[in-house]
Amino acid sequence: MASEEAPLRRIAGDFLVSPLAAFGLTLLAVIAVAALCAPLISPQNPYDLAQLDIMDARLPPGSKSAAGWTFWLGTDDQGRDMLSAILYGLRISLSVGVTSTLAALAIGLTLGLAAAYFGGRTDALVMRFADIQLSFPAILIALILLAVLGQGTLKIITALVTVQWAYYARTVRSAALVEKRKEYIEAARCLALPPLRIALRHLLPNCLPPIMVVATVQVAAAITLEATLSFLGLGLPITEPSLGLLIANGYQYLLSGKYWISFFPGLALLATILSINLVADHLRDVLNPRLQR
Amino acid sequence: MLLFVIRRSLQALLVLFVMSLLVFAGVYAIGNPVDILINPQADQLEREHAIAALGLDKPLWTQYFAFLSGALHGDLGRSFVHGTSALGLILERMPATLELALAAMLIAVALGIPLGLWAGLRPHGAAGHTIMAGSILGFSLPTFWVGLMLIMVFSVMLGWLPASGRGPTRLLLGVPVSFLSLEGWRHLILPATNLALFKLALLIRLTRAGTREALLQDYVKFARAKGLSNARIIGVHVLRNIMIPIVTVIGLEFGSVIAFAIVTETIFAWPGMGKLLIDSINLLDRPIIVAYLLVTVLMFIVINLAVDILYSALDPRVRLAEAKA
Repeated sequence: MASEEAPLRRIAGDFLVSPLAAFGLTLLAVIAVAALCAPLISPQNPYDLAQLDIMDARLPPGSKSAAGWTFWLGTDDQGRDMLSAILYGLRISLSVGVTSTLAALAIGLTLGLAAAYFGGRTDALVMRFADIQLSFPAILIALILLAVLGQGTLKIITALVTVQWAYYARTVRSAALVEKRKEYIEAARCLALPPLRIALRHLLPNCLPPIMVVATVQVAAAITLEATLSFLGLGLPITEPSLGLLIANGYQYLLSGKYWISFFPGLALLATILSINLVADHLRDVLNPRLQR
Repeated sequence: MLLFVIRRSLQALLVLFVMSLLVFAGVYAIGNPVDILINPQADQLEREHAIAALGLDKPLWTQYFAFLSGALHGDLGRSFVHGTSALGLILERMPATLELALAAMLIAVALGIPLGLWAGLRPHGAAGHTIMAGSILGFSLPTFWVGLMLIMVFSVMLGWLPASGRGPTRLLLGVPVSFLSLEGWRHLILPATNLALFKLALLIRLTRAGTREALLQDYVKFARAKGLSNARIIGVHVLRNIMIPIVTVIGLEFGSVIAFAIVTETIFAWPGMGKLLIDSINLLDRPIIVAYLLVTVLMFIVINLAVDILYSALDPRVRLAEAKA
């Protein structure tokens, strides 16, 4: 047990050494808890029409509502409290980002491991496909997919998974090709363990460090991409108001100086992505043996 | 070298062929091609005429060859909205996008390489830490939100720069460009900065990582032992060796800048191909979507090919490995 805990504890200890990374991890934890508990902590349910008052529309931050409490971050064009809308939006943005990353991870890991383990034609087929796909920017592929498929939560998750799987496949393949030649795999083969067991119990755990880094970066990338697509009006439907949709909603009021409708959701998005990237950046430094001090 | 170029060109042609199959499948096979290619406002008689004219009653492979020969003759259909050639519309908008992308790339290179070099030479100094923190921020800032904030600060609050459009253009060799007039510059600077931010962060990190690794190499130690000046070691030995990956990334990222211009153009109402694409998606003007897709794919393939060839010209090891394979 102790030997299994040691690497985790070492990584946790490393986080405390770097103040920037510790800050990122704390911020991420706060954001995740806030998103998870949105219905409990937000001042109003922003999508319950009975709680909205059109008289409160487009109030600047710090204004009092008709009912007497304060809109700390102002209101949007329907009199919705921006703080509550942001907390609910975070929930949607995070869940879409994490769901698509997990799905892409599962597909990418399977294909990458298969490519490395079987080699030959499987390898060539999977990797050629990944190479061609990776030579086009993610946003272009996602945009075109959505233009063909149309809008919807499931469709945007499909698009996000499609653009992400190749990163994992490529990462796990290159890690697995190195690990495959090591002696413990040979030993497992000599024990005549079934290939599936070798791939999952022996090969996969040892390929995890680089995948952890890529997955962390990709969660941030998926959240950004979803926000961008939603901002362009091609992402989530209006019934699933993610941060990107909130920002898009404020766009038309920006030129008349009502900055808060776009500004605060963007700040929340930035804080989310920044905290994930800080964690990823630190993970990369910790897990990269070439930069070991 | 010639063999290498020929082989890469053949591979590029193959990718183009596969992409044309995919685009064809996307437009013609998924969903009803009648809905996609014929104006939804057309009446029954017009629909039947169009079906016959487009050959949609013929077998699929005949249709593919018709599509392919149309594409090869530069005929990708007519826009529903504008009523003119879809390809013509895309090409008309292309100079604006290319100008924006080039300006963004120039900003990213001119700032990114010096800053990355500085951070790489002093990774533990205050400046190094600040530059790296800045680059993480640059990576994390959502492009579209930064665009909105640039408009808010520089157009709405300060009133220094225009929020949208391209401004007056002048002809340079028959191509309309903005950068020849002051007013054009004022229009260009906000969208170009917006588009450059992400690439700037990327170049800083790449240059920094390359510099840090190069400094540990034996040839740098040897140069130091020879007593060469620090400026010469960095300027000649380090910089030359890190330029290879940087040039590659600059080339490859140029394509991604063009793709990301879709977002920037939409925010700043910059009249390029990207804005045309978003407008066309919203108006269901499908021939333009197809034309944009094919033009962009072709552009990417050409860029990738050029980068591959450049790479092998810069680094002979690539060519040798390729020849052995």
